[in-house]
Amino acid sequence: MLSIPMEYYLVLSALMFTVGVAGVLIRRNAIVVFMSIELMLNSANLTFVTFSSYLGNSIGQIFVFFVMTVAAAEAAVGLAIIIAIFRNKLSVNIDEINIFKW
Amino acid sequence: MPANNYEYFLLLPHIVLSVGIVLSILIEIFTKKGKEILPWVSSIIFLFVGVYSLLTLDKNFLIFGGTVEVGGKAAIFNFIFNIAALLTVLTSIDYIKKYEIFYSEYYILIQSSVLGMMVMSMAHDIIVIFMGLELMSICFYVLAGLNRKRLSNNEAALKYFLLGSFATGFIVYGIALIYGITGATSIQNIFENFIQYSNNILFIVGMLLLLIGFSFKIAAVPFHMWVPDVYQGAATSVTGLMSTAGKAAAFSVLIIVLGSNLTYSSPIAFRNYFSIIALLSTLIGSIIAISQNNLKRMLAYSSIAHAGYMAIGLAAGNKYSFAGIVFYLAAYVFMNIGAFTIISIIEGKDETRLTLDSYAGLYKKNPFLAAMMSLFMFALAGIPPMAGFFGKYYVFFGAIQADLTWLAIIGVLSSVISVYFYLRVIVYIYFMNETEKFDIEKSLGGNLAISLTGLLVLFFGIFPDTFMNLITNFIK
Repeated sequence: MLSIPMEYYLVLSALMFTVGVAGVLIRRNAIVVFMSIELMLNSANLTFVTFSSYLGNSIGQIFVFFVMTVAAAEAAVGLAIIIAIFRNKLSVNIDEINIFKW
Repeated sequence: MPANNYEYFLLLPHIVLSVGIVLSILIEIFTKKGKEILPWVSSIIFLFVGVYSLLTLDKNFLIFGGTVEVGGKAAIFNFIFNIAALLTVLTSIDYIKKYEIFYSEYYILIQSSVLGMMVMSMAHDIIVIFMGLELMSICFYVLAGLNRKRLSNNEAALKYFLLGSFATGFIVYGIALIYGITGATSIQNIFENFIQYSNNILFIVGMLLLLIGFSFKIAAVPFHMWVPDVYQGAATSVTGLMSTAGKAAAFSVLIIVLGSNLTYSSPIAFRNYFSIIALLSTLIGSIIAISQNNLKRMLAYSSIAHAGYMAIGLAAGNKYSFAGIVFYLAAYVFMNIGAFTIISIIEGKDETRLTLDSYAGLYKKNPFLAAMMSLFMFALAGIPPMAGFFGKYYVFFGAIQADLTWLAIIGVLSSVISVYFYLRVIVYIYFMNETEKFDIEKSLGGNLAISLTGLLVLFFGIFPDTFMNLITNFIK
């Protein structure tokens, strides 16, 4: 069952994390930015599960449950904020959300 | 280690606050006057928890299998958080009607965020730190955007939410790497063998990601982009709580992490990281604040600079400088909430009267507010005998003891720069002629909060030893 080396999982999750960070920095739609943040959290989850499985202790898997719960709460609040701003501006492009400067 | 039943008495602050949150929700559901009752319910809870924590300072134990610390440092932080929340609630009674966020949720969210901060400061396990951090942050995202019809509130909430959860992503991935290398989430297990782990590049990357995430939360340069916008856009009372108690909570975690490092292994790890953060934050925060005309935005940049002064203490990394940070945080809570309370009283409807021009000739209209604003500005600038001076003094002294004299000199230089924009407010209040006519609203709660903070700022400035001795005795 453990025939795939641990490094493969770690490299995959590192790539996922990088894609998430790049998405936050590059994309301009608030919802896509939010999805990229979720990708970062999920890459961390993959790392947790990998280490948990290879170290043979369950703390990592327990932590994944906490991270998923928090991600759900964050999604509820975040989507509500995005809806509120869409109602006022009819746009969720973060370049147009710019009443504060300097 | 105390007997089993005794643990629950030491956890009383957390239990009282948790029950208080549920009770507040029930009051909101079953009574029509929830909005009028809840500020007083919250005040009583915060007052009880703050005083109780101060009384249990000397009972310092690790409980629940070493995941949670009660008493000692956690109790000092509980006191700071609850006094900050109490002052914020007093300020809010009149302010949230003016700001059109007269909802009961406001008080329930403040209680929940304080519970999150208390969980953070008591944590000795990364899971507990993470849960406390998220409980606090998510409540703050909602509080920042509570007036959903107002575009400035929406923008503040969106920026805070996106950058805050971006930082959370870094923290979680950092924790994952630390867990993978050490196989544990307990702070003690991680730091007992720190030197051995520190040869592992993944562990160092994990620690750096964790520290970067928390640098976002303490609002340090170069992770400060969200601070001015969020602090300006959110309701003034909320900004007061975010900039003081939120910062204190993030610092409590950094003190736990780096303080354990001090106990178990080399104290100078991460010194370079925090030196750079402190250097950039103090200078950039102070210099940009000079060009600000909006008082909330000016205080936001000054809050970045204050994060820098406290980061000098983290860079020094000795017992004395950690105690200095705790003192500084307490002093910062009082002077900053006092200043934000005055801003919230003077602020008109629809975010008018926030610029310096509105403060011109204030002493003729309201000598009390004028005198107290000057007091808080002197304290923030670090002029003795106010509390702010001794906060800086202890932190810089710790830096000099740790051979970081150059960093202390940078800190003093940037305090000198900051005197310019703090004293400019006083110049406007006393030496300029009134430019716009308006009536200042009467706010009983606000005036109470201002008087309390003013007294505490003076008390901490004139008798700094009383609080400092408490901190040095119980911080480890």
